Amino acid sequence: MSRAPASEIIRFAAGAIIAHPLRSGLTSLGVVIGVAAVVMMTSIGLGAQKRVTDTITGLGSNLIIVTPVQPRSGGGVMGGAGSSQSLTDSDTEAILRQVDGVAAVAPAVNGMAQVTAEGANWNTSVVGVTPSYLEARDLVIESGRMFDDRETRQGRKVAVLGPTVATQLWGEADPIGKRIRIRGTPFEVVGVLGSKGQSSFGRDQDDIILAPLETVRSRIIGRRIKADSVQTIYVKAASEEELTLVQEEIDSVLRAEHRIQPGEEDDFQTQNLASILEASRAAIGAFTVLLAAIAAVSLVVGGVGIMNIMLVAVTERTREIGLRMALGARRRDVLTQFALESVALSLVGGLVGLGIGLLGAAGIAAIGDWPFALPTWSIPVALGFSSLVGLIFGAYPAWRAARLDPIEALRRE
Amino acid sequence: MTSPAMIEIEALSKTYVMGEETVTALDSVDLTITRGESLAIVGPSGSGKSTLMNILGGLDRPSRGRYRFEGEDVGGFSDDQLADFRNRRIGFVFQSFQLLPRLSALQNVELPMIYGGVSPGLRRERAAALLQRVGLGSRMGHRPNQLSGGQQQRVAIARALANQPDLLLADEPTGALDSATGVEVLSLFRELNTEGLTVVLVTHDRGVADAARRRIAFRDGRVIEDVRS
Repeated sequence: MSRAPASEIIRFAAGAIIAHPLRSGLTSLGVVIGVAAVVMMTSIGLGAQKRVTDTITGLGSNLIIVTPVQPRSGGGVMGGAGSSQSLTDSDTEAILRQVDGVAAVAPAVNGMAQVTAEGANWNTSVVGVTPSYLEARDLVIESGRMFDDRETRQGRKVAVLGPTVATQLWGEADPIGKRIRIRGTPFEVVGVLGSKGQSSFGRDQDDIILAPLETVRSRIIGRRIKADSVQTIYVKAASEEELTLVQEEIDSVLRAEHRIQPGEEDDFQTQNLASILEASRAAIGAFTVLLAAIAAVSLVVGGVGIMNIMLVAVTERTREIGLRMALGARRRDVLTQFALESVALSLVGGLVGLGIGLLGAAGIAAIGDWPFALPTWSIPVALGFSSLVGLIFGAYPAWRAARLDPIEALRRE
Repeated sequence: MTSPAMIEIEALSKTYVMGEETVTALDSVDLTITRGESLAIVGPSGSGKSTLMNILGGLDRPSRGRYRFEGEDVGGFSDDQLADFRNRRIGFVFQSFQLLPRLSALQNVELPMIYGGVSPGLRRERAAALLQRVGLGSRMGHRPNQLSGGQQQRVAIARALANQPDLLLADEPTGALDSATGVEVLSLFRELNTEGLTVVLVTHDRGVADAARRRIAFRDGRVIEDVRS
């Protein structure tokens, strides 16, 4: 072990850095940019995750979505994706009757349709639902009313508009009681929904028309589907704790309804929002890692810059190194001094980069109306990585310094 | 002579390979230096006197032969042992002073004590006393570029004395000084020698050599003259 205390070697290294503030600053710049980029990317990625989480949980976290799927096995004629019509009204009934812990069951069919009203026209998504759709999807009526069960059963031509549709067709005017034509069929507007805003994928959730299930099935979608077929069944569990249990029960009820033998594949699938959330979070996470990895390349470039300057410093300070050796510095002391110098350059760069990165991320969050997320691990990781970069790229120059022959070094002008 | 030998050199040779040629810098040198001596090594450039100084100071290793310092085989030391040897036993004074420009006179003098593991308080105290001793008590905070050549060399001498060495090795210590300051520096060496410190001066200047009580002349890697005055 060296007899020179570490604190003194640190002072030597710090002294050399402070002696050339501009050069030290420029040397660190590469690491500053690298760390700032990594921190900014991960912070923005985390913000995006948070936003997606917020919007998806905003849909109602107790929601289970049942959709038909085409079983892969089973032979016969294979339909296109989504063409399966395995879910019917009797499935809705079965879930309602047999599954416990259910707050609402809402079957739905939907299609795109041209809507006209007093000369204005708009192309939107028309969803055929029952009144329980509101509860299942956490929707509220802003004005007017929702159609009731009787109207649904009778297949009345009444509609509830999403706010976007209402604005597109009537502007600021009140649409309640007005007539619209959906695919030529006249409907009476009985209500307007409260706004849900944009979904996480940029889709306008307010651009929608709700109409009774029967009406949409028979008048809008027409012959393309069977008379009792539904495309989606939304099931809202009474509580989050029961979510998994409810989902399992739906699975077993539907398997029984559909007479699916053990070992046979389901012709439907149930998804809860937690699993959808998980999937989209994973996708954004992977994307963030990719961005951060690209940003990390600049960290390596910064390291090369440090190595370059440290090699220059070793050449410039050859006489100093020779002198220190003559005065009793061991090779290890010289090695430590120069290695610490590059670690310090890199670490200071890392600290500054961290600050800039967080400020930048906060700024982007503010401009983009994006939730600012501070990735707590980013602080130790940024500092650890920048130290590591300094150590790796400082090792060779430091080794060169330590291997100098003191006589040669002292003779150097 | 009954004083014990501090340095014993026997059949010491140093050869360098330069390209295809082998250069013999020292050719089987025998030399004994006693504690308290003051010695001048003279000779033209290329005579081997600098090589001998480097080996004496532990900056270089002999190719053949023995170098014992107070009974220890310095020729067989490892790199770390040599570093410690230079730190504790040797005080170097160079022609070009070799002060670190960023550091004050006081910090320059502290440097060998840092590598010797001396505590900060003691270090500062001792460095201050040494600068006082060489007449620079009022210049301790000055940087080398704020000092004259003679003052810089005196800082270097104070630094060489920092770890209370057994041997002061000075390589052309007056080479970069005008004659008046050179005389001052030489009289400082004489004082130190009178106080018991062993001093070895390497010079090609007869006048400087006269300041020492023993003179060894080198030519072509061999001792050609060894006179005491």
